Amino acid sequence: MTSFLQNIVNALQWGSFYALIALGYSMVYGVLMLFNFAHGDIFMVGAYIGFFVSTGLVALSALGALTLPSWLILTLTIIVAMFLTSFVGMLVERIGYRPLRGAPRASAAITGLMIGIILETGNLALLGAQRVSFPALIESVTYNIGGVFVTNKKVLIVVVSLLLMFALHQFVQRTKWGMAMRAMAVDFVVVPLMGVPLNTIAALTFALGSGLAAAAGILFGVAYPVLDPYMGILFGWKAFVAAILGGRGSILGAALAGFLLGFIEIFVAAIFPSTLRDLIAYSIILLILTFRPHGFFGEAYSAKLRL
Amino acid sequence: MLLSVENLHVSYGQIKALHGINFHIDEGEIVCIIGANGAGKSTTLRAISRLVPVEKNSRMTYTGLNLLDYSADKVVSELGISHVPEGRRLFGNLTVMENLKLATFARKDNAQIAQDLVRVFAIFPRLKERMTQKAGTLSGGEQQMLAVGRAFMSGRKVMLLDEPSMGLAPLLMMDVFNALKEINAEGTTILLVEQNARLALQFAQRGYVLETGSVVLEGNSDDLLTNPEVKKAYLGG
Repeated sequence: MTSFLQNIVNALQWGSFYALIALGYSMVYGVLMLFNFAHGDIFMVGAYIGFFVSTGLVALSALGALTLPSWLILTLTIIVAMFLTSFVGMLVERIGYRPLRGAPRASAAITGLMIGIILETGNLALLGAQRVSFPALIESVTYNIGGVFVTNKKVLIVVVSLLLMFALHQFVQRTKWGMAMRAMAVDFVVVPLMGVPLNTIAALTFALGSGLAAAAGILFGVAYPVLDPYMGILFGWKAFVAAILGGRGSILGAALAGFLLGFIEIFVAAIFPSTLRDLIAYSIILLILTFRPHGFFGEAYSAKLRL
Repeated sequence: MLLSVENLHVSYGQIKALHGINFHIDEGEIVCIIGANGAGKSTTLRAISRLVPVEKNSRMTYTGLNLLDYSADKVVSELGISHVPEGRRLFGNLTVMENLKLATFARKDNAQIAQDLVRVFAIFPRLKERMTQKAGTLSGGEQQMLAVGRAFMSGRKVMLLDEPSMGLAPLLMMDVFNALKEINAEGTTILLVEQNARLALQFAQRGYVLETGSVVLEGNSDDLLTNPEVKKAYLGG
């Protein structure tokens, strides 16, 4: 029983990473009908931006130029890195995808993969091959709750992730920009007839997704403080799977599927040899998709892209 | 002349949809474009709304401004030319209220927006009853009301209407057209595109007849209604 609960705690943490990244995938797919295959690398860029921001703030604190408690440094890091990474996302949309809006879908997919490679190798060229370590901003405290070990970091990761998801949900449901995003998901062509500038909404969608990916990157850095230029690839693919599993453009679906992915991975690893983890975990997901090809909340409609 | 279209050419790939058509609308008018399926009626409206690219030498001006300088969303938000598209194209996953609100996306005149909303609900009381319902659950008639209401909210110097009668029972159709008359009487200029030529000509003051991408006839509605060619081709004898 305790090991079961322990696995749940771990699954919640991994699920948080997947869910935050999957949201960006899902939103971009829902609103713009394209898979941003560079999204995993945006997560990496976000983690690195977080690394620079936090390292800078820590250095300033050490010099005595600033006196910031470490929790404030972490908060500032998350906010500033989310903000900066959202610009990276908008840049990707502006340069990579906007010129291809009328082009076949495959062109956008290829572009996405190329942008990913550019971000990875660009990082490698700028910073070299050695990994960087994320500053330890909060001291790890472990609580023993009836034999289940919960660290303050795990709690922080799950709570911050849930808060961000809630904030996103509110934004999409309650603001006019969110309304425009939802409208674009069902009828791309008619949205300008409402006086809504498509490009603004496209940029906003990328900005939101990239900001969440940055948050995931920093939270990952808090838990596993070693960053490398290729860290986004596997995360990106897994989050992509979660986005598909959640259903096209469904925020709730992407979040739930992200957590489910975390659960499946952790529990498969708990039962089977860990070398079989991904094989079994993704076979299960393939099976789910066989029965629910549109995912949990996806509908069998396709957005109107033509007049 | 409020809106003037000269030498409008539009192609979809290799297929020419409009072969240089000319027409104009004066302020406060109701003008219709009639013609068979595929004559280029919808394309004409989409060209004005800047949803489809036009070919070189096409000229479209609105109060002297070059329409080609405006993007699709600016045609609505800056010029006030709204468009009720063919097949209504509501956002089915949004509520009735959200559909109406989305249409005011670029507007900043909040007091006027509130007034306009009251006006829409006065014209179409059914929409008020269904305010919180998803647009996808409305009946065909209600959907057309919402499509018109949405256009009313987005900008209403000019309203472009693409087949508003499509799929509506006669009574509902009359409701919608009576509402449009009211909206026109309050100062909105209307350009209507219809396959139902009799209905359109009874509603409009002037009309243009479009055949395979060219204007073949134009005139006052009364003249067109009694024109033998129009009678034969579009009014069932």
